[in-house]
Amino acid sequence: MSRRRHSDENDGGQPHKRRRTSEPIEIEDRLESLICRVGEKSTSSLESNLEGLAGVLEADLPNYKNKILRILCTVARLLPEKLTVYSTLVGLLNARNYNFGGEFVESMIRQLKETLKLNLYNEALYLVRFLSDLVNCHVIAAPSMVAMFENFVSVVQEEDGPQVRCDWYVYAVLSSLPWVGKELYEKKDVEMERILNQIESYLKRRQKIHVPMLQVWTAEKPHPQEEYLDCLFAQVQKMKKDRWQERHILRPYIAFDSVLCEALQHNLPPFTPPPHSEDAVYPMPKVVFRMFDYTDAPEGPVMPGSHSVERFVIEENLHCIIKSHWKERKTCAAQLLSYPGKNKIPLNYHIVEVIFGELFQLPQPPHIDVMYTTLLIELCKLQPGSLPQVLAQATEMMYTRLDTMNTTCIDRFLNWFSHHLSNFQFRWSWDDWSDCLTQDLDKPKPKFVREVLEKSMRLSYHQRIVDIVPANFSALIPANPIFIYKYMDESSSSLPGYPVTIAISNAIINRSSNDEILTILKDVPNQEDDDDEGDSFNPLKIDVFLQTLLHMAAKSFSHSFSALAKFHEVLKILTDSDEGKLHILRVVYEAWRNHPQMISVLIDKMIRTQIVDCAAVANWIFSPDMAHDFTRFYVWEILHSTVRKMNKHVQKIQKELETAKEKLEKQHSKRKDSGDEEEDKNSDEEDGLLEEQIERLQEKVEFAQSEQKNLFLVIFQRFIMMLTEHLVRCETGGVDFNTPWYKNCIERLQQIFLMHHQTIQQYMVTLENLLFTAELDHHILTVYRQFCALQM
Amino acid sequence: MSILNALRSDSYVDISQYRDQHFKGNRYEQEKLLKMSCTLYVGNLSFYTTEEQVYELFSKSGDVKRIVMGLDKVKKTACGFCFVEYYTRADSEHAMRFINGTRLDDRIIRTDWDAGFKEGRQYGRGKSGGQVRDEYRQDYDPARGGYGKIIKK
Repeated sequence: MSRRRHSDENDGGQPHKRRRTSEPIEIEDRLESLICRVGEKSTSSLESNLEGLAGVLEADLPNYKNKILRILCTVARLLPEKLTVYSTLVGLLNARNYNFGGEFVESMIRQLKETLKLNLYNEALYLVRFLSDLVNCHVIAAPSMVAMFENFVSVVQEEDGPQVRCDWYVYAVLSSLPWVGKELYEKKDVEMERILNQIESYLKRRQKIHVPMLQVWTAEKPHPQEEYLDCLFAQVQKMKKDRWQERHILRPYIAFDSVLCEALQHNLPPFTPPPHSEDAVYPMPKVVFRMFDYTDAPEGPVMPGSHSVERFVIEENLHCIIKSHWKERKTCAAQLLSYPGKNKIPLNYHIVEVIFGELFQLPQPPHIDVMYTTLLIELCKLQPGSLPQVLAQATEMMYTRLDTMNTTCIDRFLNWFSHHLSNFQFRWSWDDWSDCLTQDLDKPKPKFVREVLEKSMRLSYHQRIVDIVPANFSALIPANPIFIYKYMDESSSSLPGYPVTIAISNAIINRSSNDEILTILKDVPNQEDDDDEGDSFNPLKIDVFLQTLLHMAAKSFSHSFSALAKFHEVLKILTDSDEGKLHILRVVYEAWRNHPQMISVLIDKMIRTQIVDCAAVANWIFSPDMAHDFTRFYVWEILHSTVRKMNKHVQKIQKELETAKEKLEKQHSKRKDSGDEEEDKNSDEEDGLLEEQIERLQEKVEFAQSEQKNLFLVIFQRFIMMLTEHLVRCETGGVDFNTPWYKNCIERLQQIFLMHHQTIQQYMVTLENLLFTAELDHHILTVYRQFCALQM
Repeated sequence: MSILNALRSDSYVDISQYRDQHFKGNRYEQEKLLKMSCTLYVGNLSFYTTEEQVYELFSKSGDVKRIVMGLDKVKKTACGFCFVEYYTRADSEHAMRFINGTRLDDRIIRTDWDAGFKEGRQYGRGKSGGQVRDEYRQDYDPARGGYGKIIKK
């Protein structure tokens, strides 16, 4: 029987069930389909398709007006890359049916209020842009749009409210101007001038402490990483100087001008921005990612300049396409490559730049990292003659600029590159990078190559890596990931504890009980405490047992996990103290230091089975034992994974508590409704049990939250200690503090803030009062202040 | 509210036509489990692909809870498939969207929803001990024991 693959078929999604009775639903589906598909590739022209669709919808208005309104409002909100197609459609409908036009505008305003209330700021933005394009389609009168913009900009005069709130309203105005700037200036130039002046003075006085934390590269050359509002304002200024000429946006409404200008326009109702509230979460500021300019595309169309409004529109549209189709990589790639107007721009370069811009976005990419890898592979498949070359050019460019690249971005770069290579037989012109061989191993370039090779090895095997790089790269090849058994053979017989390892091996083979094993372990001398009865912390005991156990289970991850599970009780007893937990981590590291991936998965298992706790892992990473590996990528993978586990654990218990509370609520309201005495008695009992459960969960939540807080405090404290020590040492020694180690360390501190910003926000007060006080070295304090500035 | 179904397409996550013939329960029950499963079947692996490699690749879509390597029932050696279980459905959906159809160990691998690992399901169901597909395969695949069993006979 063949395994037919559903995803291989051309139609995505489940086949619709045919409903025999409900015709209206079929018509509604059809309307949806017609509206969604307009603007796609077709044998007819876009104009004739729009004309035809407008006719169909007009005819259906008497029966399906609300449905049509809802669909159009939704595409306005969710398909911004097709904005002008749908605004034209609305324009045509308004010309045929003035009332419908009015109702549409009302629906849009309602939707705008809703999205703002729900913190859906991106969608609100698209709605504002759509409304502004409706001015071009003669649906909305220009003066009323200008009035809305005036109200938006007046937000910057507000007394309270964070800067990010004003930012959004300014951005909403500025980012609509590429579409409607010309029209608004023609009708209301005095008011528009005033608006732009207000924006300009706001941009001058607004603080930009956050910018360095969000930049991918610290260097200004070759492309400055501009703050997003500054860049957009420069683009708008340039467009204004060009008399609002904008040549890139596809404007189907121009073809219908004679029809549309006959239409009656509507006035937008006066719109007051909703006041700031405590649960408002405004979008974080961004930095505009640029890696290409017109000099990079060797032939063909020229890339629009960094301050051209065309650049903004192209990037916006490409981002929107990814946002709409990220789950469907084939569709996403196809949509990107069929971008309207692609013949006038070096599309492949724009696509690669936008994709890397998202991948490297700080704090987090908009979508999961692996999506971008797969999307790029899909694009390479569709454009095998051109895209791989652009990608190679981009990779080369990013390699040359590693010295100034943010450490978090380097992480993502090497993850992407190694995964990408594994899909293309690891083919790469490594010789081109032989310049890194003459540098110290801790410098960014050789470090990058080492980490790429290590990650590549995880996806293949050691000999493969040896084979793919030139011989002179041998110093960068990762170690063969084999176990290091301390008590290997007769030569280690002088080691204390050696005889016990033999006894333990035999005991494990003979399936001895945990008690028997613990008894054998009593023979291990305690170097810490001569008077030891056998119960206190004995590092050698842990060493003997764990080394032997892990050695026997070294064959695979599954074997090692089995071993940990089987002897869980013994391990818990041995690691009862904080010192015990720290030591078990040391033993695991010593035995598996050639196989960082194994260390990582073992630590993960040990946390999940509570053999060690998260704070122990954090302390271990910052301990002197691990100083030599402190800048290695795998160490930070482990730390971030540990913090994530902690966060997920807290969320899980919080959810359990919420669910229990909801259940109790439901029971209470059910009881109120019934009023039956018998039932009441039973419900009382049920309530009691539930209340007990809630109390227990409440305790659990509080305990977990305090563990989580403690974890962050440990991490931050250790960072502060390490960095302060380094800074003081450099100052007294009269040496430059900005070593590769320092750059790595301070950017790792930044990374903790950025990767876990949502959780950390809860602990701001403690952090400010306890750790990030004014006495701290200003280099460290700056990182904290930059983080605070992200939501101010 | 199902508006704009055309836009909500997520076809890589849909269940396929395959149904496990050994599943204890009816079609409806199997489909229900498939739709909420956090376990993926992974096929077309090389016999030499290791658990470690599978871990590394599939960790890119989320934390992996467990991997069970598929084994030849007779030889008890790897026979080219495995199960990957995630802690959350969301993570496994990302794997279906972004890891399915890409390469592991130079081979395009294929992932599919699985109703859940049960002891015994780690063994190939072909007559010779490996997977059924290797019984009747006509081509030569060095990473999967060379020719199919039917040719070897």
